[in-house]
Amino acid sequence: MPNMNMLQAINSALDIAMAEDDKVLCFGEDVGIFGGVFRATSHLQEKYGRARCFNTPLVEQGIIGFANGLAAQGSVPVAEIQFADYIFPAFDQIVNETAKFRYRSGDLFNVGGLTIRAPYGGGIAGGLYHSQSPEAYFAHTPGLKVVVPRNPYQAKGLLLAAIRDPDPVLFFEPKRLYRASTGEVPEEDYQLPIGEAEVTREGTDVTVLGWGAQMEVIERAVELAEKEGISCEVIDLRTILPWDEDSVVESVLKTGRLVITHEAPLTGGFAGEIAATVQERCFLYLESPIARVTGLDTPFPLTLEKEYLPDHLKIFEAIKASAAF
Amino acid sequence: MTTTTDIHTPDFLRGDEFSIPTFRLLRQDGTLHEGAEAPALDREQALRIYRTMVATRVLDERMMAAQRQGRLSFYMQCTGEEAAVIGAAAALDDADMIMSQYREQGALVYRGFSYDEFMNQLFGNELDYGKGRQMPIHYGSRKLHFMTVSSPLATQIPQATGYAYGQKLAGEGHCTIVFFGEGAASEGDFHAALNMAAVHEVPVIFFCRNNGYAISTPSIEQFAADGVAPRAFGYRMHVIRVDGNDILAVLSATRKARRIAVEENKPVLIEAMTYRLAAHSSSDDPSGYRSKKEEEAWREKDPLLRMQHWLAAREWWSEEEEKALQESLRREVLETMKRAEKRPPPPLDSLVTDVYADVTPALQRQLDHLKTHIRQYPEAYPRGARSLDPDVKPRDDASDADNRGGE
Repeated sequence: MPNMNMLQAINSALDIAMAEDDKVLCFGEDVGIFGGVFRATSHLQEKYGRARCFNTPLVEQGIIGFANGLAAQGSVPVAEIQFADYIFPAFDQIVNETAKFRYRSGDLFNVGGLTIRAPYGGGIAGGLYHSQSPEAYFAHTPGLKVVVPRNPYQAKGLLLAAIRDPDPVLFFEPKRLYRASTGEVPEEDYQLPIGEAEVTREGTDVTVLGWGAQMEVIERAVELAEKEGISCEVIDLRTILPWDEDSVVESVLKTGRLVITHEAPLTGGFAGEIAATVQERCFLYLESPIARVTGLDTPFPLTLEKEYLPDHLKIFEAIKASAAF
Repeated sequence: MTTTTDIHTPDFLRGDEFSIPTFRLLRQDGTLHEGAEAPALDREQALRIYRTMVATRVLDERMMAAQRQGRLSFYMQCTGEEAAVIGAAAALDDADMIMSQYREQGALVYRGFSYDEFMNQLFGNELDYGKGRQMPIHYGSRKLHFMTVSSPLATQIPQATGYAYGQKLAGEGHCTIVFFGEGAASEGDFHAALNMAAVHEVPVIFFCRNNGYAISTPSIEQFAADGVAPRAFGYRMHVIRVDGNDILAVLSATRKARRIAVEENKPVLIEAMTYRLAAHSSSDDPSGYRSKKEEEAWREKDPLLRMQHWLAAREWWSEEEEKALQESLRREVLETMKRAEKRPPPPLDSLVTDVYADVTPALQRQLDHLKTHIRQYPEAYPRGARSLDPDVKPRDDASDADNRGGE
């Protein structure tokens, strides 16, 4: 099995999807001959032509409006927003149009073929506008699916599933891991399930939950905790919306403790939603308060990025506090 | 790409060198302007168009009256703009996609959407294709290639560009027409859509109904330029301004636009100059922002009368036929309205279907919880309760229509 980084895995998924189905189109700013600013769409224009892989003008609301129309027509658009920080001009098209297309038409029309790819997250010295994690905004919108992969293997399998999913999917890619994360990835076609979390490590004392780039950080924190004799169960949520309540609840019923971590700010972050649901469904089994380890309630900083980020040490401390409560 | 020549004094341009003419064929008395040539139009299609205009006018009059009686929560009329909308629809292939704003019911009538279908949507009953989820006038029809209306303004414009791009790739010779008002043309989505359509050579017709007002805001407070048409130059796009109350001019211009779109894969902008004779919606009162005199002046330009005069001159239409048509349409509106009012609302389960292709487990739990609650207080939720227990007597039939006004 070849070794790939996350960009190569994403590129492989797009290549497979375009080869399989003429209706799959990839477009966005700089995705054409240049292959995207991160090269996720490298060589796709050469292989499939300018009609199916192309640059768009620099207008996010136009890209997503165009993609909505294409999907309604029966095409399978994979639209790239260059950075998740720049998705907001398209917020209306995503929240009022993409998410509501099927519902408002009584299923006469839908944009289920649509996938929106966007690199998200910090740790690359990107400051306010090349670092954000906007998943919680979209998690508040019924009709969307929100998926975040943690490594190359997950990225390829989940992206292929997203492209073929009958509902529109926002696919947030942890850009810090684009080249940093490598691993064995099958060359052939495979899919991983949307809407299902994955237990990546079994344990008994504390459940530690995250997604995307945080999974690597969690792994480091858990190794420290295990050295102190705390057994951690680690869950990658993978799909933020609709999220896999049952898997998380099952784990917390076993461990009685939950630490949730994301890069986005604390207030209104998706950890709050998970905590609310888990306390409803696990109230009598909880041994300690549910802990959230997140970014601060500030815009994303630049020089103090390391201080801002919910790193392995902050998660480690939260695990210890939870276990000792 | 930019092509340019050099100058050596700082001379600014204002675009005033572009003077956009208005394309007109038909005078109000039904005669053609000098030098004007009517588009090819046989009796059958002419009457299909005219009957559609009358059917739209009658539907609008009766449904606005029904709204005033409290039988309907909300309504929007096409009145005054029938020639613009129906003339455009008549220039298309019936399989071309129509993406409307919200005042283009005439295009649906033209395609064959029945009064029953209109009423089911307006009353949000169990037969409404949209399953009672949207306010009245948010029609849609897959079989008639008419995209379901969405309230946010201008969102349909870049969607039309995308839809038409897909049609171009499919290669079946179809295009998309997208309607919007001169107010919606101020939204960013308008600019995004036109620019992308020109860059990607997309077979789409952008049809602007410049009806003078965006609710109460007159077009003079909407843009400083000479209407919407000059923007096409900025995108290097074909553009024409047409008298929107002139059915022949609209038909002729849109036919040519369709040829450019489909045969050359080029987008076209049409600006139809017209006037919204009715209020913006049933919630609006135009007396607060425009004069009766102004309205009267436009009533003199009624597009229905103009076409009627043209038909009469050809002896294709008579006063008796007019009277019979109006009477039969009025009767049909009342009959279909009564039928639709009596039909039950969509079942409770439709609250959670179509959010996703399949109902998610979490949403199913929320529905189950809601059902338990409704069983506890069925009288507080009569519409939901009836679908839990099929024996519950329908409450929301015509007899309690008076209580439904605000819903």
